[in-house]
Amino acid sequence: MLDYGPDAILMKGLDGSNWRLKDYEARGGYDALKKILRENIAPEAVIAEVKKSGLRGRGGAGFPAGLKWSFMPKQYAGAKYLVCNTDEGEPGTFKDRDIIRYNPHMLIEGMLIGAYATGAGVGYNYIHGEIWAEYELFERALDEAHAAGYLGKNILGTDFSFELHAFHGYGAYVCGEETGLLESVEGKKGQPRFKPPFPASYGLYGKPTTINNTETFAAVPWIINHGGDAFLALGRPNNGGTKIFSVSGHVNRPGNYEVRLGTPFAKLLEMAGGMRGGKRIKAVIPGGSSAPVIPGEIMMQTDLDFDCVAKAGSMLGSGAVIVMDETTCMVRALERLSYFYFEESCGQCTPCREGTGWMYRVVHRIEHGKGRQEDLDLLSNVADNIAGRTICALGDAAAGPVKSFVKHFREEFQYHIDHKRCMVNVPGGYFTVSNPSAGRAA
Amino acid sequence: MPKLEIDGRQIEVRDGATVMDAANALGIAIPHFCYHKKLSIAANCRMCLVQVEKAPKPMPACATPVVEGMKVFTESEYARTAQKSVMEFLLINHPLDCPICDQGGECQLQDLAVGYGKSASRYREEKRVVFHKNIGPLVSMEEMSRCIHCTRCVRFGQEIAGVMELGMMGRGEHAEIVSFVGRSVDSELSGNMIDLCPVGALTSKPFRYGARTWELARRKSVSPHDSLGSNLIVQVMANKVMRVLPLENEELNECWLSDRDRFSYQGLNAADRLTQPMLKIDGKWREANWQEALAAVAKGLKNVRTQHGPETLGALAAPHSTLEELYLLGKLMRGIGSQNIDFRLRQMDFSADAKRTGAPWLGMKVADISRLDRVLVVGSFLRMDHPLVASRMRQAAKRGQQVNLIHATDDDLLMTVVNKAIVPPQALPDMLAQVVKAVAELKQKPVPAPLAGIGVGDAAKNIAASLNTGANTGVFLGNLAGQHPQAAQLQLLAQELAGLLGAGVGFFGEAANSVGGYLAQAVPGAGGLNAAAMLAAPRKAYVLLNTEPELDCNDPRAAIKAMHATEFVISLSAYKGYALEYANVMLPIAPFTETSGTFINAEGRMQSFNGVVRPLGDARPAWKVLRVLGNLLGIKGFDYDSSEQVRDEIARPDEVAAKLDNRLSGIALQIPPAAVAGLQRVADVPIYFSDAIVRRSAALQQTSAAALPRAWMHAALLDKLGLKAGQAVKVRQGDGEAVVNAARDDRLPLGCVRLAAGHPATRDLGPMAGDISVEPQ
Repeated sequence: MLDYGPDAILMKGLDGSNWRLKDYEARGGYDALKKILRENIAPEAVIAEVKKSGLRGRGGAGFPAGLKWSFMPKQYAGAKYLVCNTDEGEPGTFKDRDIIRYNPHMLIEGMLIGAYATGAGVGYNYIHGEIWAEYELFERALDEAHAAGYLGKNILGTDFSFELHAFHGYGAYVCGEETGLLESVEGKKGQPRFKPPFPASYGLYGKPTTINNTETFAAVPWIINHGGDAFLALGRPNNGGTKIFSVSGHVNRPGNYEVRLGTPFAKLLEMAGGMRGGKRIKAVIPGGSSAPVIPGEIMMQTDLDFDCVAKAGSMLGSGAVIVMDETTCMVRALERLSYFYFEESCGQCTPCREGTGWMYRVVHRIEHGKGRQEDLDLLSNVADNIAGRTICALGDAAAGPVKSFVKHFREEFQYHIDHKRCMVNVPGGYFTVSNPSAGRAA
Repeated sequence: MPKLEIDGRQIEVRDGATVMDAANALGIAIPHFCYHKKLSIAANCRMCLVQVEKAPKPMPACATPVVEGMKVFTESEYARTAQKSVMEFLLINHPLDCPICDQGGECQLQDLAVGYGKSASRYREEKRVVFHKNIGPLVSMEEMSRCIHCTRCVRFGQEIAGVMELGMMGRGEHAEIVSFVGRSVDSELSGNMIDLCPVGALTSKPFRYGARTWELARRKSVSPHDSLGSNLIVQVMANKVMRVLPLENEELNECWLSDRDRFSYQGLNAADRLTQPMLKIDGKWREANWQEALAAVAKGLKNVRTQHGPETLGALAAPHSTLEELYLLGKLMRGIGSQNIDFRLRQMDFSADAKRTGAPWLGMKVADISRLDRVLVVGSFLRMDHPLVASRMRQAAKRGQQVNLIHATDDDLLMTVVNKAIVPPQALPDMLAQVVKAVAELKQKPVPAPLAGIGVGDAAKNIAASLNTGANTGVFLGNLAGQHPQAAQLQLLAQELAGLLGAGVGFFGEAANSVGGYLAQAVPGAGGLNAAAMLAAPRKAYVLLNTEPELDCNDPRAAIKAMHATEFVISLSAYKGYALEYANVMLPIAPFTETSGTFINAEGRMQSFNGVVRPLGDARPAWKVLRVLGNLLGIKGFDYDSSEQVRDEIARPDEVAAKLDNRLSGIALQIPPAAVAGLQRVADVPIYFSDAIVRRSAALQQTSAAALPRAWMHAALLDKLGLKAGQAVKVRQGDGEAVVNAARDDRLPLGCVRLAAGHPATRDLGPMAGDISVEPQ
């Protein structure tokens, strides 16, 4: 049995092999869809229920899902699309993979309801390019749903029709950006579009399109079955429901945990078995690599919902909690993170294309004992100059870690610059041993 | 119509306008790189970030739609900080090689760096290096590290040229502009990418390291090649044309130039440029002074006239000559008693002469083409013959203009062509007649009697259905139609069709003065011989103006024979060329850059220009040469002080319109049979062989469009003849023959062979249309 924690509702009762349609139906699967079709619930009412639930986008931005659905033009003659973003590329995040490999029909049902609510006739699930087995499994789930009459024309004998396709992505991080994803589905190079226009008015192939994260869609059947109020009550006002957190780093039991929004971080850490080797917690990135880092002591006082984490100076993001203990050199950690954004910038717009490389090179120098006194101010300033000035959020994502690492751990960076070696010196740790000429420890 | 305020100034703009549009309307300059008024919005350079009240972050002016009541600040501290930070990012990886960069002095990045850059860089890491590429002889990609990834060149290809030959490959810092798998960029409009490139990444290969931009004088001129009359800025240093750029004229070339207009200048100083009058004495050429040479010409012409009569004198002029030159040549010939003058050297069918009510022309303004909703193009190698007209139609087609085509070849026009009828050349009249009949039936109008027996096929019905639904239609005859053996019939049919549709009708026109030649009366007078007749029945003396008959005439073989058979040939030309073989006197005249003159373009626009440099060597403007010659021959009315005086004698600009008319009267419709026995030749004039100047442009001659002519045939025809593509074949027309390689083009109709004219490799062949045979060599 897979254990996502006692509060799990989406990932409850899964054992790794009961992903099939019959298993899902035995768990009450497709009841929400049947209820909507049987009771002929109006699309507006479905959207209202989702709005009421306080379901916020689980992909990182936390935008209210019901509100997003309501942006779709109602009296639109042409095709409308529904797209699921399973391009889970955010470092630290691995929750959507679990959904499509252990509970794929929940996503299919959620997308069916989304299609019903927004009037979309065709949907795509864009699956991260680096997970193949899950993609194949999802295709099998689609076949099952087709065979059972849940997908295709005249679903369950009604007027409602919806075709859903799986789309295996190309591996670029930027394709997880919703408009970059749309470009990629269209067969073009994955480069974000500038907005406005937003996908709801000009999306896939220029048609109105709704894009949501996998987990967002997956939560919808439960909301329809149990009501928006019940979902909202699981969490906190404006932060309805449960959320799957991908816990990684220096904990005893890294993995996915589904907890109610508003659960204290300390509780989640406990579920993950606490700090590995009883080490002291140093820092946490609470929402995937794009989220600003928070010192451990602050994080231990923070509850896990969108608003509390924002108040603590970071963001809940995709719920990827990266825990770092006292053996971690923050310079080296940032070097790795900034290298990621440098590699993954699409190169389209200037601040991100040029700035990510600049930041990486400066951090790399500091890490390698070639830092200069002016570097820390320079880094913060370059990050400021990227943030908010790019076409998509990748620029902000690249700037966030740099600014927060330098802000919270400035003395470590300064030590590197002054002494050309690491402040942290714990055997087996993630740091630079002494001076760079002596080579690397880890 | 939302209102907004920019920098405290109010303006009302159209719905959907951007902040950039509004700022432009107010004359407020917002720094930018990727934005270009003719291209789609990319918003990738981020240089145009401005402050918008209530917006949480700076907004790109180019991509931000105006909202009612919006308040924009382009120069606030907030906006400036954003703009300066973008400039810093653009410069960190940009090489500091301005001192050796061709773009230096006219570089958008350099200019804006003065206002928005720092005096020293904070970037002390290694700079990015981007490998150079070779994309052909025109556009240099030697310094791609300079690229700022604005993608203007990419968007130009996709949107204006109609073919995406450049793209951005790779991510992040590894992103670079490349051609598809290393191919060359072959668009006939490629040079515009050089103008569009805001930095020195794409530069002009022929101009490379030729001069610093501030050393160049900018002078206005007009292109002497196609019938559009593109407006030029000719850049000059030390009395030499160094470079040609577009002079923006929204009604003609917009802000573009075809590569022919842009790079042909290389031909101006070709090795065989004639810079001194030359006389052939006892079979040997020697240089002479003007006095001697002109005296020899006058004496020669007088001798022939005395011995054989004035009707044995003939004059052939290229349609690229100026209005004044053409007019004075005609006046000279008439002055010595001959009516034999013609500028329509590639025309075959002259049956419309004396049946015209005016000079044939486009039938509308060039800019009107953009506003048509239905178009029928008949017999045109549109992209090669009229690159910028094709581009204009490409843009219109994107907005819904339905383009229909009747032609003998199916080259990719790089635009949506809704209906095509690709037929052998001799079947063009029949196909057009079918369309006329189909439209008449749709309109329930009487079908013209001569068309009664014609069967209407699906292709014609489809074209008719498209044309019939238009509100604003144009019917255009291209170069193949104008050079067709039944050109007059095609014109009559087009006229008939236009009448039924209420459409505009006209000729695209072959050359810079295809309309002007008629106004200059450089056509045979009563009893005179036209260009074809002058060659068919060789004259005793020829005056050649700006022409190489073996390349410019419809039947080069006849031209060569005539030139060799005659007693006296005078070549007024900027080049020696083949005249060395048969001329008696060569007079060095000035090409368009060295003389004042006038072109009247396809729409009847009279464009006069001045010389931009002094004539090379002893060359002289042809109008002056002809004036002196007129005086020497004792002809009255040759006392001109200026070319303007000559021009005003022909027509004032406002008198041109009244002289234009495409109608024919007194010719009966007679549709020739669509099927004939034997192979027929389809001849295009390759874009870089259209006239003497462009034939000498070294860079253009290295392009793929200037490749050796091949005999293109349908695979079935190759099989039937037992030929293989790539194999050398002997092509015959009458007693003329040429050896070329066979090539396969399955889009060609059966029963015809496509073989280019205007090229030295095919100058021993006969006319551009008619019977042709192909056999293994």
